Amino acid sequence: MKFSGSRRRFILAGATLGGGLLIGYGLFKPRDFLGDPQLLPLNADEVALSAWLKIAADGTITVAVPRVEMGQGVHTALPMLIAEELDADWTAIKVTQAPIAAVYGNIVGMVDTTPIDEANRGPVGVSMRWAYARLARVLSIQITGGSSSVRDAWLPMRTAGATARLMLLEAAALRWNVKVGELSAHASVITHTGSGRTFKFGELAGEAAKLTPPTQIDFKSSTQYTLLGKAIPRVDIPAKTNGAARFGVDTYRADMLFAAIKASPVFGGVLKSVDEEALRKAPGVVHVVKLDDAVAVIAETTWHAQQALNAAAIEFDGGAYAKRSLAGIFDDYARAMAVGDFFGYEDIGDARSALTKDPVIQAEYRAPLLAHACLEPMNCTVRVDVDGAEIWCGNQAPDLMRMNAAHALSFPQEKVTLHTPYLGGGFGHRPEPSTMLQAIKIAQAVPGRTVKLTWSRAEDLQHDTYRPPALARFKARLDASGNIAAWLHQITSPDGVPATMARWYPQLPLAGPDRTSVDGAAFLAYAIANRRVEHCAVAVDPLPIGVWRSVGHSTNLFFVESFMDELALAAARDPIDFRLRHLTARPRESALLERLREISKWDTALPSGRARGVAFGNAYGSIVGQVAEVSIVGGALRVHRVLCVLDCGRVINPDIVAAQLESGIIFGLTAALYGEVHYDQGRIKQNNFGDYRLLSMADTPEIITHLIDSDAEPGGVGEVGTPAVAPAVANAIAALTGSRLRSLPLRI
Amino acid sequence: MSITLNINGMSRQLDVEPELPLLWVLRDKLGLTGTKFGCGIGACGACTVHLDGQPVRSCSLPVELARGKAVTTIEDLGGAHPVQQAWIAAQVPQCGYCQSGMIMAAVALLKAHPAPSDTEIDQGITNLCRCGTYPRIRRAIHAAAGAKVDRDA
Repeated sequence: MKFSGSRRRFILAGATLGGGLLIGYGLFKPRDFLGDPQLLPLNADEVALSAWLKIAADGTITVAVPRVEMGQGVHTALPMLIAEELDADWTAIKVTQAPIAAVYGNIVGMVDTTPIDEANRGPVGVSMRWAYARLARVLSIQITGGSSSVRDAWLPMRTAGATARLMLLEAAALRWNVKVGELSAHASVITHTGSGRTFKFGELAGEAAKLTPPTQIDFKSSTQYTLLGKAIPRVDIPAKTNGAARFGVDTYRADMLFAAIKASPVFGGVLKSVDEEALRKAPGVVHVVKLDDAVAVIAETTWHAQQALNAAAIEFDGGAYAKRSLAGIFDDYARAMAVGDFFGYEDIGDARSALTKDPVIQAEYRAPLLAHACLEPMNCTVRVDVDGAEIWCGNQAPDLMRMNAAHALSFPQEKVTLHTPYLGGGFGHRPEPSTMLQAIKIAQAVPGRTVKLTWSRAEDLQHDTYRPPALARFKARLDASGNIAAWLHQITSPDGVPATMARWYPQLPLAGPDRTSVDGAAFLAYAIANRRVEHCAVAVDPLPIGVWRSVGHSTNLFFVESFMDELALAAARDPIDFRLRHLTARPRESALLERLREISKWDTALPSGRARGVAFGNAYGSIVGQVAEVSIVGGALRVHRVLCVLDCGRVINPDIVAAQLESGIIFGLTAALYGEVHYDQGRIKQNNFGDYRLLSMADTPEIITHLIDSDAEPGGVGEVGTPAVAPAVANAIAALTGSRLRSLPLRI
Repeated sequence: MSITLNINGMSRQLDVEPELPLLWVLRDKLGLTGTKFGCGIGACGACTVHLDGQPVRSCSLPVELARGKAVTTIEDLGGAHPVQQAWIAAQVPQCGYCQSGMIMAAVALLKAHPAPSDTEIDQGITNLCRCGTYPRIRRAIHAAAGAKVDRDA
């Protein structure tokens, strides 16, 4: 077995340590937090004080939010950052989706993919993250994902708020001919301390906008916060209770048409034949569009288009991939592991030598393919005119979408207008341009007409960009005192992010290594003197793989935290005690586990027939721990309760955080209990919720969440609830039955 | 086929096939977009509306079966309905796509069971939510029950 990585490939050659340093200093100015105020379209009575906010004469403050709202609360949490430092009246805040511009690019999401330990603050770690940040600014992807929204906005949006506040104070000082230091601001009102005179923000915005923004600002200390840390109600919720909220699929225009599509069920297949004549004669059908690998029908309603396709005689040629299957992929994985072409992400001490002595504990784990199954099926509305196009599409990366649309249409980007309404779920499926690219081709068949393409549920499940399947092997040895002396973790899966980026940037040659492949496996908090974590990248072509809520963590934390319990059992130690023994140098992690022990009443007995399991991990700058309580009644597994403790540093909005934890846990539990997409004969078998089961109200356990008080920098939230629940449940099952489940979904 | 429907208290005359599901009449013909398409087979409940006060999955209901009956959609609840208020108070929706159907299902449940038990909620709310808002839906239903649903929706 070879241990040294023979495929030392990097995302961009220039992004490696030396190259990044070389290109860096010469070309890059410091990150511009404020941006150009002219980016924001203005009404007559409005002025913009930066790319992030504009103020109307009546005091309305409109905040440009650079991330999309898919239920995770960014349209509330991000404006809170600005409103806090601006001392704005929260009730005067309005939200608009930011336009497409580099200042709104997501830097933190990219830096997270640096293939090095986040805790590495030495020269190598600092330099590599710096290089990745520079690369991020070149690409400037306006992506919502990676639990990065608050973390990325933390500096720029607070800067925008504090800067605008100072400009308003300066304008007041000029009007009154007093010093700025004599003024205070509260709830959008500036007061002169000595005289008690006041100005409202709206009265001064025009004058403030003419001033040069200050270069020196001071952020508030947390004791001065009036908004951050409070459970401010989400701004998008009222419209989501009365039917008024508009999602992409709710795009309607006068004289529009509706399309459905059927793509080759076999990935990589092509259209062989279709009875176009019969299709055209079907009720309500207006037009038939043949694509290389699909047939689309344009009709007077979505249903007419779907019905016509369902009844149509269509033949596809599956070609070389017609026999591909998940079993075949796992065979490929096993063969690749036998060859041993691994990339080492982490290598501390000498795990190889330490594992030559007996007894070595070994285990093999696997995780299946998963679909996103957003409740709003993938859809896109397009109108193509002679000199431009208009597109409506709920999406997680507007700049990527527009760039891909312009490329497909051979228009300059400024000729493509992209609207991003609310997303009916994202979870990693909606940075994908594939539905939009189909919709563009369909709309090109009826120039000047607005056409909405809506995928059927079958199309949505069968042409997803799936969470890749993964195979993991562990070898470990305990020392005489029952601590882990050596740990070898080998993971085989495709390099998912490069495969995903290749769809987003078809023009760019991109390759691994892909840090997300080992997220949740490498750079663990546990102190293990000899440890090696390595990844074997095996392509799964033509299966399209992508990013699925919590990405690598979602599989790797199941592997790691299940195996930790196997080792605790071998050491005859309590699972929480066993973990704590490897966390003595990590006070935040230890405190979190202690808190979890306390709130889960870990040390008290449960009623007979019930058992608990624990799991814990670091993800996206946060620390999460969960305890699940399970029983088996009549052969059926029941998860009764999930207790969750989160340390996400400073909490911006505790109720949004709690909601995201509940959401993440249910998303992870759905996968743990039912999640499995069958890939056989080159195609996906699942076609609706009947065979891709989601957790229901009746299946949902009681969920109790606790947040750790912290002044630390904010950590990620949206995905961190997801990965720990599968191992917590698996560990509870093992505690209850004595039987260890090493494959997802968990079947007793 | 010409058909007259009673939708949210208004009479609407349409020329559609009898088998066209009510969902697509509401969305593609009438522009009532609060009712959502999720699965097309009545499995997810995003398309839930009331037919003479009973919850139905409009994606699987041929429009002819709505003839002569009162169709009620989310738009008719207004916004001040106790269930909607409970939804806001509990901050239930996340992405929000399933919530019109959830609220219509909850209004119907509360009409049948003014103070539902957890088991009755489990049985009455079979709609699917991908974001996992179930715990808050349960809380909001209990709160709305406590607030006495006195409006006839």
